Amino acid sequence: MGEIEDSENRRMVFVTVGTTLFDALVRAVDTKEFKQELFRKGYTHLLIQMGRGFYTPTKSEAEDGSVAVDYFTFSSSIADHLRSASLVISHAGSGSIFETLRLGKPLIVVVNEDLMDNHQSELAEELAERKHLYCARPRTLHRTIADMDLASLLPYPAGDATPVAKLINRFLGFPDD
Amino acid sequence: MGSKDETCFAISIIIIIIGLIFIAIVRVIYVVYRTSKPLRPKSPKPLSTLIVLGSGGHTAEMINVLSALQKDRFMPRFYVAAATDNMSLQKARVLEDLLADTNGGKVVSAKFMQIYRSREVGQSYITSIGTTLIAIAHALWLMIKIRPKVILCNGPGTCIPLCVIAFLFKVVGIRWSSVFYVESIARVKRLSLSGLLLYKLCIADQFYVQWPQLQRKYPRAIYVGCLICRYFSFG
Repeated sequence: MGEIEDSENRRMVFVTVGTTLFDALVRAVDTKEFKQELFRKGYTHLLIQMGRGFYTPTKSEAEDGSVAVDYFTFSSSIADHLRSASLVISHAGSGSIFETLRLGKPLIVVVNEDLMDNHQSELAEELAERKHLYCARPRTLHRTIADMDLASLLPYPAGDATPVAKLINRFLGFPDD
Repeated sequence: MGSKDETCFAISIIIIIIGLIFIAIVRVIYVVYRTSKPLRPKSPKPLSTLIVLGSGGHTAEMINVLSALQKDRFMPRFYVAAATDNMSLQKARVLEDLLADTNGGKVVSAKFMQIYRSREVGQSYITSIGTTLIAIAHALWLMIKIRPKVILCNGPGTCIPLCVIAFLFKVVGIRWSSVFYVESIARVKRLSLSGLLLYKLCIADQFYVQWPQLQRKYPRAIYVGCLICRYFSFG
């Protein structure tokens, strides 16, 4: 039991829904099925940021054959949790996605099927096609965990705002630097 | 006799009205034509800039754009965010503080303002009419006060009343504002509603997209690639 708490063996999965309400995802990661898949893949801890959701997961200490589970609603330092995670499972918000990719963390994006205008799924699907992350639905999340090969994910190159800035300057008649 | 005078009078009024409409149409066509043509100032001066901020990802992207622009060319700067958006102006203030630091401590003028939103998410459509009118009036008030030469926006609905008023200012001759619209990185295959409006109505002088699919679909848009190089996390 004490060995699991050792930070060298600690492999934490961080689930985040940002400021949204995404009970379907929180429920999906709180199932026995899902937690078993995590354990089989060698993860030790599951930390859930549940945002505005109503469904509260069950906390548990690490036991034989299962992961430790903890949760909270909001945090002022999501970045810290992202940094200490071995795997991130996130809602499809672009901020969440890019912040995680920038930190170079393996990412599974779960699209909220209950949202009315789901343009968010466009971004997640495009990045999944380009192999920067995995895309999943709440109901099939445990299968994504079982089938994923994180080594095959490609890092996302940093963007560059200088092309836009150049165009704006040129349009306004400012000289090029 | 009297009725002949009245008829003449009525006809003259109609001719005048038709004439005014004709002039207005010609002026609008000229403005649409001139929009999207680069400016050619003799000696470029600093330009007053209105920056429209929106929730979450929108503001983060805008801050990335602003970080790449030379601060002394775009001043004074006016930041506008929706009245119900608490985070965006805060982020903008942090950015301006950062700029002051890198500027050797010189304080460049920046103002932070809030604007009423036309409609909150989930608001009924009936009350939306009233709040939209209030939002338009408020936008008009802000635009008359600021009369920016440059407007930077990237998606939130708050930019629509401001950009439409900017277009009207161009037509009427109050101020020629160059409108730059950057569609969000989250828009891969379809434009946002704000983007679609500004694109179709030819209100944006330059319309930038971050994915090539959008540039193929909307040929007047300019593909600039992903512009997020720094992520400003505020929890």
